[in-house]
Amino acid sequence: MADLKVQIIEALNLKHLKPEDIGDDQPLFVEGLGLDSIDALELIVLLQQKHNTKIANAQDGPTIFKSVRTMAQYIQDHKSS
Amino acid sequence: MNFISGYSRIHQGRLITPKETTVFAAADFHDFLEKAYDQLALAYPKFYKMDPLSRLGVLASEILLRETPVSNYLPDEVAVVLSNAEASLDTDLRYQATIATAPSPSLFVYTLANVSMGEICIRHGLKGENAFFVSPSFDPQWMSRYVDLIMMQDQVKACVAGWLNVLSDRYDVFLYLVEKQKRGLSEIHSAETLARLYQ
Repeated sequence: MADLKVQIIEALNLKHLKPEDIGDDQPLFVEGLGLDSIDALELIVLLQQKHNTKIANAQDGPTIFKSVRTMAQYIQDHKSS
Repeated sequence: MNFISGYSRIHQGRLITPKETTVFAAADFHDFLEKAYDQLALAYPKFYKMDPLSRLGVLASEILLRETPVSNYLPDEVAVVLSNAEASLDTDLRYQATIATAPSPSLFVYTLANVSMGEICIRHGLKGENAFFVSPSFDPQWMSRYVDLIMMQDQVKACVAGWLNVLSDRYDVFLYLVEKQKRGLSEIHSAETLARLYQ
């Protein structure tokens, strides 16, 4: 998950944060890191570019992007060969 | 008659106000932006997500409105009128470069020059009339006339105006505040004054 945090910081230009500042289960949106809808799109691009993983159903987004842990789990479960 | 209460200038590694000039020893343009951000102790993380045009606008407006706050006005009483030569070309080019692989949503949202004006308005809670014009160079005559026209409206009490331009590592910013009564710098708002302050 440490690598994923580095990728998130880089993709979203969160230069004020270090990987250790992001909790594994910390909410990414609203009350957590405070990400917005454009950040959500960047996270989708990150999954596709860095992990060759696509989100088949947009309605799954809030569940997948709930935290770094849920993102990592989704990548683990859906990574294309 | 309207008056210029204050101004901020960002040019050639310098932050300039009527009171002081701050010079930064920066490695490059992006290093300069971040050093200026640190110097101002902005504590505004959204700054890092902005494109260079918006970053320059936020820095210049922060300097200007710290010295001459507009908090005494209602949000819709403060207008914003900006101009530049390159519109959003700096970001357009970088967005174009991402199209071949993965178009970047966060770059795409900055492919309009007036987004930089929106960032200034969000930062300072400004909701007055606003407009962004593109011209080959800063035109003091045109700008003074247009801003004076805006200021003729009863509901407009002040106007943040000026020049906000960047392309690659070439940047040039001059923002100023116009009010209906004298405050701060208290210079008459005219083409001659603007040309002198912009030099």
